[in-house]
Amino acid sequence: MTKSFVTIADLSKEKIMSLLEAAARFEENPNRKTLDGKVIATLFFEPSTRTRLSFETAVNRLGGRVIGFSDAATSSSSKGESLKDTIMMVGNYADLIVMRHHLEGAARYASEVSPVPIINAGDGANQHPSQTMLDLYSIYKTQGTLENLNIYLVGDLKYGRTVHSLLMAMRHFNPQFHFIAPKELAMPNEYKIYCKEHGINYVEHTDFNEETIADADILYMTRVQRERFTDLMEYERVKDVYILKADMLKGTRDNLRILHPLPRVNEIATDVDDSPKAYYFQQAKNGLYVREALICDCLGINEK
Amino acid sequence: MNNKKTELLVAALENGTVIDHIPSELVFTIAQLLELEKLNSSVTIGYNLTSKKIGKKGVIKVADKFFSDEEISRLSVVAPNVVLSIIRNFDVVEKKEVITPDELHGIVRCSNPKCITNNEPMSTYFHVVDKQAGTLKCHYCEKEQNKSKVKLV
Repeated sequence: MTKSFVTIADLSKEKIMSLLEAAARFEENPNRKTLDGKVIATLFFEPSTRTRLSFETAVNRLGGRVIGFSDAATSSSSKGESLKDTIMMVGNYADLIVMRHHLEGAARYASEVSPVPIINAGDGANQHPSQTMLDLYSIYKTQGTLENLNIYLVGDLKYGRTVHSLLMAMRHFNPQFHFIAPKELAMPNEYKIYCKEHGINYVEHTDFNEETIADADILYMTRVQRERFTDLMEYERVKDVYILKADMLKGTRDNLRILHPLPRVNEIATDVDDSPKAYYFQQAKNGLYVREALICDCLGINEK
Repeated sequence: MNNKKTELLVAALENGTVIDHIPSELVFTIAQLLELEKLNSSVTIGYNLTSKKIGKKGVIKVADKFFSDEEISRLSVVAPNVVLSIIRNFDVVEKKEVITPDELHGIVRCSNPKCITNNEPMSTYFHVVDKQAGTLKCHYCEKEQNKSKVKLV
């Protein structure tokens, strides 16, 4: 059985911390020859330029080489080849496969049939664990700890895959969550049950202003998308409520950092970008170090 | 007494397995789940027999076949309440109930159309997370679903 990275759900606290510490070492020294002579495949059955570039940069900075495709239309799956056959074929060539797929559970299945490790770079609405790891790394780096933090999740908490994964990954660290969302996009019940089962405290809000976020350590913004609403009147009513503006940051804590999985549309006003509390661009950069750490971990390489 | 007649039929089997008091609509599903069509020994299937207990019922008698716990557990989704009588030398020597397993392999279909199992030639795999409530979790797409809402493969 090869060592794949498919889901955040079964990662222990120790495993998360050791990956974050490895990421910190890669941040200190991101350019190495660790993957010299190795070939990494990036199979993007669904396009995602941002994630693919991040993984490919990680491989390149570690001296490895990349093969793959960026769109299923240019792969043999457009000819009707099964996922298993594609994985078996590529597994003959590459030492590790990074894959993104539009179907949920695709990465788990690939990890069961593949002769080489699989890293899940997103499987439909299910998991995107390297995003969660870079979110954790960004929190850890800016707060100095993951323990006992006030974390505010804002916007689309119903469909937002990243907030659900972050919620689950934080269960080890005694967080205080605040869920700020319009009623139509509120945190689904199954995740509130998950919180109760794992002793995670949370408070729900529908209003979003200077006062609600005064005690925040982390403000995790997501996009409220028009197509998520069944009631467009409701959308018109709330669309401007969940926008973060620079003047809302006045009374907030000095250590507050604003995260966003990107791409941003208008949920963070551009005047926030100049605030020292804005962290979303560095957050994306952290993805590089985290992915360097994940690739090495899956290949069984322990870099100091 | 109608019951007595059935018992006589049961007793007529020298060695094998009898499943009695099956709700009629489940008879052929059970036959399918137990893969009776693959057997070479005699199989008797009774359908729409009159029953005082449940109105109409079905009976399945299989000669010289003793199902393993794994085979029996395949019935847990659709027919958790049936009882299998093990017959040896014309006597019922054991009654086996259906035990809900911790995992279901290749029995039910995932209700998520975007799950890989519905788009790839592969077997399904569920974890039974709550046996009382009948909650299943797809091993692949991780969606939880109730067994009353899933369809057989």
